[in-house]
Amino acid sequence: MLPILQLGPLAIQLPGLLLLVGVWVGVTLAERQAPKHGVPPAQLNNLVFLGLVAGLIGARLGYAVRYADVYLASPLSLLALTPVTLAPIDGAAIGLIVSLIYGQRKELPLWATLDCLTPGLASVMVALGFAHLASGDAFGAPASLPWAIDLWGAQRHPSQIYEILAAAVVMGMVLRLGRKAQFPGMAFLVFIALTAGARLFLEAFRGDSVIVFDGLRQAQLGALIVLLLALVGLHLRAKAEMSRRPQGKQVERT
Amino acid sequence: MTKGVGRLRWAINWGSWMQDRARWSALVLGVAVLGAAWIAYSAAPASATTGGHIPSPREGFQAPSFALTNPTGETTRLEDLRGQVVVLNFWASWCPPCKAEMPDLEAAHMANKDKGLVILGINSTVQDSAEAAQSFAADQGITFPILLDRTGEVSRQYLVRALPTTFFIDRQGIIRKVVVGGPMSEATLTSTVRNLLEAGG
Repeated sequence: MLPILQLGPLAIQLPGLLLLVGVWVGVTLAERQAPKHGVPPAQLNNLVFLGLVAGLIGARLGYAVRYADVYLASPLSLLALTPVTLAPIDGAAIGLIVSLIYGQRKELPLWATLDCLTPGLASVMVALGFAHLASGDAFGAPASLPWAIDLWGAQRHPSQIYEILAAAVVMGMVLRLGRKAQFPGMAFLVFIALTAGARLFLEAFRGDSVIVFDGLRQAQLGALIVLLLALVGLHLRAKAEMSRRPQGKQVERT
Repeated sequence: MTKGVGRLRWAINWGSWMQDRARWSALVLGVAVLGAAWIAYSAAPASATTGGHIPSPREGFQAPSFALTNPTGETTRLEDLRGQVVVLNFWASWCPPCKAEMPDLEAAHMANKDKGLVILGINSTVQDSAEAAQSFAADQGITFPILLDRTGEVSRQYLVRALPTTFFIDRQGIIRKVVVGGPMSEATLTSTVRNLLEAGG
């Protein structure tokens, strides 16, 4: 755990920096994917950039709206660099909406665009694991294992390491699949399914799960639903795309 | 490596595999059953995972207890303040951002002291001096309690790595927000304090 990197007088918030690195790698990867999927790289870049900026602004405005009078009294506080006064869900929603509007205006093909973004998203997931490791968030359940780590006053599952490993494996698989994908949307949906599957499995080792329905871990329920939806989505996409092609070109079954 | 290649070959046929409704339904069903079984197997009582009430200086955990004296020698115990919203502000007199956020802390203190807010200014005396702390507080016109962390024990307990660092603690003694560095914006302070005061008044 190393939340703050002290470089002389400069206190760098390491988790944020790691996420930024992840986003940067992600954008680079997405840009490289673009020509393969027939999406103009410049427009893909704009889409990501607009989404990120809108997301950030939206997160701060979302928080400020809840305390409107406070922010009206000191409007400059809107520009404060404090991450705790961001509303993450509002930000994600607004970033997504802005990206969608941009994509639609530029008539970017939805599934191909999502496929382009997939390796980038996978790299952000890896970075998120490292950010959690640095901040000590997403920590594991107490455990007495040879590989347990000492965190927050107990020996715990190194859940952040599990998270990094799982995300790295998913990223590797998605990168391989990217070249072999048979229809638009395949890489993206496979990524979603794998990521949800990893969360479903790994949440069991977390020490900070939100418990609902008298003992069930909320994140697992969510992950299972997302996983099933992604699988159903794969079937529907495969049917829709492959039935358009001539029969002879279909790959034989094993 | 061989396994990876195998997976790759397998992936080539996925597309047609996915189209096959019967096969794919079987897969989806299998995943649903396995997933549900895993969820049931890894179920845990709420008390096992809340991060519980282990004292640790982070959000969602209980604020570690401490007892510190002010410059005149009176002791303040964090536990005695349970039931009130507590803001712990770690500072030093030589730290410009600490100085910059003091007026806002003082204003919040004046506005909310009757509503159940306690602001404690914890001077990191180990890297400052009691005299400097006192004259700083007098210069800034601070009326909320200033406590002296002479040995640095409490700063260590709270893993303070940068000054100022501010902890917002709810009425149950649980840390709800941590702001590292400063000066924090007035809106951060006001909105957080109000949120905590309104919760479970």
